Amino acid sequence: MNVKNYVRFEFKSLAENVSFARSCVAAFASQLDCTLEDIEEIKVVVSEAVSNSIIHAYENRCNEKIMVMVSIMDDRSLEIVVEDHGKGIEDIEKALEPAFSSDSSRTGLGFTFMKSFMDEMEVFSQPGEGTTVRLKRRFKENEQKAYA
Amino acid sequence: MEIDLKLIRNTLVVKIQGELDLLVAEKLRREIDSKIQSQQIKNLVLNLEKVSFIDSSGLGVIIGRYKRMNAKNGHMYIVGASPAVEKILFFSGINKLVPLYRSEQDIINI
Ligand SMILES: Nc1ncnc2c1ncn2[C@@H]1O[C@H](COP(=O)(O)OP(=O)(O)O)[C@@H](O)[C@H]1O
Ligand SMILES: [Mg+2]
Repeated sequence: MNVKNYVRFEFKSLAENVSFARSCVAAFASQLDCTLEDIEEIKVVVSEAVSNSIIHAYENRCNEKIMVMVSIMDDRSLEIVVEDHGKGIEDIEKALEPAFSSDSSRTGLGFTFMKSFMDEMEVFSQPGEGTTVRLKRRFKENEQKAYA
Repeated sequence: MEIDLKLIRNTLVVKIQGELDLLVAEKLRREIDSKIQSQQIKNLVLNLEKVSFIDSSGLGVIIGRYKRMNAKNGHMYIVGASPAVEKILFFSGINKLVPLYRSEQDIINI
């Protein structure tokens, strides 16, 4: 599978940057000619992954780094990678359970949204090292284009 | 994001404008909580007409405020959620606990 286009960016772990990250990924993904509804879902997914890095990985410390990479593949699929070097996840299986949160004031729905709105989700994590979330979504061939 | 709080007798109407994410969740929680602590508030209306985006951080504030209102035998209503926002609300199941209305007028009419 060939990468047709990609964007990679890094930013400080500030809550202000969550909206920047999701808008940036949404703008890039619009090259796929997907629907507005698809774009809305992609925004939620990025928002969840980046928020997790800020709150959980770095426990709201604002001097850390978060990296986002978005790629569009030949087959019209979109791949999003969000990476932090925070505290990592001890028990990934538990973290992925719907409504599980290590913070009682949160909903525990972040991973559930990521999984539901994307076709694939992989979480790599090492306690003390950090976490990488890899998300993939395939889009059908645009019908108008196919007949053009 | 802008938060507009209006007290009408024992009802607190909260109008939110902008994107309801991590950045604004904490501020929204504080503003609402400082008002609903008062015993006299029996109803909380969240007007989301001008909310263009919500994620699980925003949902957390809504669910938490529902729990608070419920604990004091009060009521909560959500008004004017756009289709995109409504989808996220439905996903969390909050619509089973908090009734959703098109407009503030619709609540008054029931
Ligand atoms: N990047 C991360 N670094 C460390 N822990 C994480 C990270 N992302 C998620 N987690 C853990 O997984 C749990 C579930 O995440 P999520 O489904 O987004 O729910 P929530 O953010 O509401 O807690 C979190 O409570 C946290 O313990
Ligand atoms: Mg989360």
